[in-house]
This record gives sequence, structure tokens and C-alpha cells, in this order.
Amino acid sequence: MLSKKEKELIIEIWEKLTPVAADIGSDALLRMFASYPGTKTYFSHLDISARSRHLLFHGKKIVQAITEGAKDISQLTVTLAPLQTLHAYQLRIDPTNFKLFSHCMLVALACHMGDDFTAVAHAAMDKFLSAFAAVLAEKYR
Amino acid sequence: MVVWTESELSIINSIFSSLDYEDIGPKALCRCLIVYPWTQRYFGGFGNLYNAAAIKSNPNIAAHGIKILHGLDRAVKNMDSIKETYAELSTLHSEKLHVDPDNFTLLGNCLTIEIAAKLGDGFTAETQGTFQKFMAVVVNALGKQYH
Repeated sequence: MLSKKEKELIIEIWEKLTPVAADIGSDALLRMFASYPGTKTYFSHLDISARSRHLLFHGKKIVQAITEGAKDISQLTVTLAPLQTLHAYQLRIDPTNFKLFSHCMLVALACHMGDDFTAVAHAAMDKFLSAFAAVLAEKYR
Repeated sequence: MVVWTESELSIINSIFSSLDYEDIGPKALCRCLIVYPWTQRYFGGFGNLYNAAAIKSNPNIAAHGIKILHGLDRAVKNMDSIKETYAELSTLHSEKLHVDPDNFTLLGNCLTIEIAAKLGDGFTAETQGTFQKFMAVVVNALGKQYH
């Protein structure tokens, strides 16, 4: 459950990250590939080396989708409907991986924000990303 | 048996020697209790945990955080025998403290985040990968004596 304050904090954080969306997104992906090598299997068709065009493009896409979702968390199911279909029927990424990516996103945020990534911000962000992942997996079965 | 490369050993030693246990220990534990409030169930006798501010100023929690970091230090000093080093601690957490081993991962995640916040860009993807491998071994060893 997210309080009004937490929702505002989340929007504030993601809007601040918009100019560095590609950097944050690709950093999170790179961390996930380094810590959980099994996740690389979903990217065998791309060049996922550090700072590659594919990685930056992909990272940016993900952060933009998260930022969009953050704008109205109560409408996540509506906002994510096309992505739900994509992940369920085409990408079919095992949802356990969403948790792994979320963790690496939190680490990327901590590296980027330092002390500003307070425990309160961390808690709010973790809750939001869990909700986001749950909605993303809704059409799987 | 866990195999560590020279590089991995160097990374782990470098991370821990850059940490002030008296600072990062309390921070990691506080973060865990705030981000995953259900973990507070194990700290009933520690005093006021009513909100984030109370947790952060609780001296018992701070002391315990430091204890935990020193516990991790034992693994760092015995990288080739972490399972044996933690056998007694594992039994303690299982039989006396009754801690669900899933919680070890949660605390590990919070420690990772604290270290990331401290080291910033220095906590590269490769460094994180090595650190997560270390934490996975620690968590596994702590859960070994549960039955």
C-alpha cells in the first residue's frame, strides 16, 4: 500500500531521472546481467555490453515505462495494458526475473542518489516496483 | 566448495576494508527494519521501533547492526571455509532465534544498497556481481543448519 506522500516521492524521483533515463536503465540491466547471469538468456539477440547502443536504448525504454506508470499508480493496469500483452504473449520472461531487475534498479538508484536514497524512499520505490511487476505479469495466465 | 578468483577475493576485501562497521552496520539494519517492516518481529525486546525516526535513533538496533557487520567480517577473514565458520551461528539463528532464512537475503539486499549509496559509481556492475556472490554464500551458510 502506497501513501499519498510515497506516491508523490516516487513521481518526484522518476521525473528527476528523465534526463538520465538511458544511463540509469542500462546501468540496472548491466548490474542484473553481472549478478544474475541467467537473465542474459533473454537478450541473446542483442549486444548487451556496457554502453552498447542496444543496452542504452533498452534501458531508456524501461525507465520511460516506469516513469509513465509512476504518474498515476492507481491506473497501472490501464497504463501497462500493452506491455502486459507484450510480456505475456511475446517476451514471456519468467516473472521471477522482474524481482531481480527491480533489485538492480534499486541498487542503480542508490549509486546515483547516494544519501538521498533514504530508507523511506527505498521502501516506497520497492513497493512501487513490486506493484509494477505484479501488474506486468497479470496476463501470463 | 566455493571457488574464489584472485579478483573476487580482492574485491571483497577492498569493499569491507572501505567500510566503517560502526556506521554501515546500523544503517543496513535500520534500512531492513524500515523497508521490510515484518522483520521487526525478531526485535520485540529492542525498544521503540514505532517509526523510521525511532528505529534510526534506537541504540539497541545500532549496537546490533555493528554486531552483524563484525559477524560478516568473520566470513571475509575465512573465505575458503564460510560454511564451517558459520555452523554455530546457523544453529543459533535456527534453534534459538527462530529466524526465517529468507530474512538473511533481505538484510543482504539492504547492506548492498547501503554500500552502493556509499561507493556510488565505484560500486560497478562487476563489483556488485562479486558482492552478491559473497552474500549468496553467506546466506547459504547461515541456512545450512536449519532442519
